[in-house]
Amino acid sequence: MSVKVLLRNKEYEARAGTSVAAALEKIGVLPESVIATRNGEVITEDEILHEGDVIKLVPVISGG
Amino acid sequence: MKCRKCGGKAAINMRHHKLGLCKVHYLEWLPEQVQRTIEKYRMFGPQDDVLVAVSGGKDSLSLWDILHRLGYRADGLYIDLGIDGGVNYSAESRRLTEQFAAAHGLTLHVVDVAETYGESVPALAARTARGRHKPCAVCGLTKRHIMNRIAHERGYTVLATGHNLDDEAAVLLGNTLQWAGGYLRRQAPVLEADRPGLARKVKPLCRIYEREMTAYALMRGIEYIQDECPFAEGATSIEYKELLNRLEADKPGSKLNFYLSFLRAKENGLFAPPGAMDGDAIHACPTCGQATSAPGECVFCRIAKRSS
Repeated sequence: MSVKVLLRNKEYEARAGTSVAAALEKIGVLPESVIATRNGEVITEDEILHEGDVIKLVPVISGG
Repeated sequence: MKCRKCGGKAAINMRHHKLGLCKVHYLEWLPEQVQRTIEKYRMFGPQDDVLVAVSGGKDSLSLWDILHRLGYRADGLYIDLGIDGGVNYSAESRRLTEQFAAAHGLTLHVVDVAETYGESVPALAARTARGRHKPCAVCGLTKRHIMNRIAHERGYTVLATGHNLDDEAAVLLGNTLQWAGGYLRRQAPVLEADRPGLARKVKPLCRIYEREMTAYALMRGIEYIQDECPFAEGATSIEYKELLNRLEADKPGSKLNFYLSFLRAKENGLFAPPGAMDGDAIHACPTCGQATSAPGECVFCRIAKRSS
């Protein structure tokens, strides 16, 4: 079991034991463009991911 | 990372401020920043009747929430544009806005464009050359017209919009790339009601990062529309925001510095004062009374007339 990272309608995988920042870098997302949440709580980029975590990335940019 | 105020676990790290805060202290800190902005730019005071333009998005709903918590008299205005885009965009954003107003016991004015003017914004736009392919320009002028009209008719002294720092920085970048002098001169945290029919407009979130607003809405539990407007796909302003975010990632504080340096430069006389170079007399539209750059009816009234 690893870590699931959800962004819009896409699902990515990340390694447990790494940080949110490392997961964002792996999937090519700038920390400035999302807010990471776990179980509905906002978390910082230095947070370490655990087995079974589901991290939802909430996009920041809106407008037109 | 630890909260600077209590030493507990931080929920947000704001690299540009070198500041980490827990949820409790972040929900205190952000309204304080908004209050400081309101005071710094003399936007309004407790005696004012504020009309907040709410779209159902994170920024405007959070702004309304913050103004309410700060104790201001602030009512909402929701404009139902009639945009569907396969995701019920307007219907859903209206539902969320009405739900927010009801939950907080706040007064909300709703203007349904199709009911009021005969057609939705996409339908109105389709009749025009400027809106045939994308209704954004017509949408913008429709919203401005309605916001001014309601503020004027209902006696609000100021109109507040949820433009955040990223919105302002993206507009500034776009206008700078084109050296659009007229737009650069008018971009400011406060737009005075210095033309016929225009309300005084303020942007209390102009120094707050879009990321901070998203975090506020999530931590406060504000339910907002996360779907993008279906017509916003590929919008230049979004490209500019992404570009600025890449800059911000390398140099935290770049966006804030870009915007605040611009305001300072303007204050120091980088641009001629409004009106000095305009050369374009302002007229009052004979139908709605709002300012227009040419004699005769304004663009909005001409578009609205075609549908009636």
